[in-house]
Amino acid sequence: MRRTNLYETHLSLGGRMVDFAGWELPVQYPAGPIQEHHAVRQAAGLFDIDHMGQFELTGPDAEAFLQLVQVADSTSIDVFDARYSLLTYGDGTVVDDVFLYRLPERWLIVVNAANRDKDFAWLSAHRNGFDIALTDISDDLYMMALQGPLAETILQPLVTADLSGLAARRAVETSVEGEQALIGRTGYTGEDGFELYLPADRAVAIWNALLERGRDHGLLPCGLAARDSLRFEACMPLYGHEIDAATTPLEARLGWVIHWEHDFIGRTALLKVKLEGSDRRLVGFEMVDRAVPREHYPIAVDGDPIGYVTSGMKAPTLDRFVGMAYVSAAYASIGSEFDIMVRGQPKKAKVVKRPFYRRRT
Amino acid sequence: MADYKLDQSVKYAKSHEWVRIDGKIAVVGISDAAQDMLSDVVYVELPKVGANVKAGQEVAVVESVKAAEDVVAPVSGVVVEVNEDLSATPEIVNESPYEAWFFKIEPTDSVDAELANLMTPEEYDKFVEESGN
Repeated sequence: MRRTNLYETHLSLGGRMVDFAGWELPVQYPAGPIQEHHAVRQAAGLFDIDHMGQFELTGPDAEAFLQLVQVADSTSIDVFDARYSLLTYGDGTVVDDVFLYRLPERWLIVVNAANRDKDFAWLSAHRNGFDIALTDISDDLYMMALQGPLAETILQPLVTADLSGLAARRAVETSVEGEQALIGRTGYTGEDGFELYLPADRAVAIWNALLERGRDHGLLPCGLAARDSLRFEACMPLYGHEIDAATTPLEARLGWVIHWEHDFIGRTALLKVKLEGSDRRLVGFEMVDRAVPREHYPIAVDGDPIGYVTSGMKAPTLDRFVGMAYVSAAYASIGSEFDIMVRGQPKKAKVVKRPFYRRRT
Repeated sequence: MADYKLDQSVKYAKSHEWVRIDGKIAVVGISDAAQDMLSDVVYVELPKVGANVKAGQEVAVVESVKAAEDVVAPVSGVVVEVNEDLSATPEIVNESPYEAWFFKIEPTDSVDAELANLMTPEEYDKFVEESGN
């Protein structure tokens, strides 16, 4: 199993280590996942996300190559923009969801840990005829996330750039504790915050500096459990749950990510789905009966299967039992009712609006 | 495994329940080590009052942020009371596991034999350490 440079630091902070996509990472610290979750909503949280993969793309054909291999319009991405996008297979299903950063003379592609090798192979398989260089730089670049309403207050004293002028989904190259780094105003929590790309050998020093700075502001180190509950409330998809190689972005309600006016891999298949409609949809639901909905629980109406739960929990901010699920299109409208099969027992649930949580701006 | 508390007034099952004999009634909950492994408890499903249960039978469920775990009856008998406080405030299982009881059983005549099969606090301590949890 792989360890990040912060492994020893996590242990000394009391982190409980688990296997995640082949990495040994903290699922929680002593405060516990619910307190960590609340810290991010109310103050700030610090996440070690070095397991995420980063590819560097350079060369005269970089933009043209991106037009082929992902669904966003790369020509509309300005220098220092960060854009959420998807890689799709020829049949329109999802290879991965990614963040693209256009930087001076290069692109950064940020991918899920579990998909790192698969994505690199898939991108490499389509590079024929393009004058590009594609490099996996994950081992040299350290990724951590500082998220929450006080993230800017905590981070600002450590960096030279003026963060108040950095808009959402914009990035800046600046110095962090004297080290050249890239900071994006991005994240996976539904809060304001930053993702930091740092030299790997400076990770421990910068992590400790941020924790020290943040202590008086209520900053907590946060584990994978809080990362999951935070993204879940904001209804951000998690690869392997809401999206995978058997689902299309349209079923997953990610049609807004797709720019249809360029010819990317999977476009023809997805256009067909768009025109004909898909027979299932990702929905958000809330339990009517009391029960915790969990991933893979079957969904039924009058005993007939109509879908399954992709993610579910007692949402900490809402204090309600909610979930996301794939259900037959006939049951996808707000207010539709169905049964979540919890340990063989039908428990009533109804479709509600997504996202479950949206921060006040 | 983080530090956990033992209660000297209870006996323990391998599935991490504790049972405390209070007069003629067996009171059942989950151990401090169990709640620590589960982390934040968000939901508890309790048995029905009046249910006949057998030692070793799964009769309740405790769900945390991470997982759903069965709670097993350590002794046979009739469920005479359930702790309704757990519905509104399941977090008390984390805060005070030896006070946050789940259910009470009026045991059968086989209770002495069943209790003899359970672990003392010292035995349970050793069991948890050895199981590497």
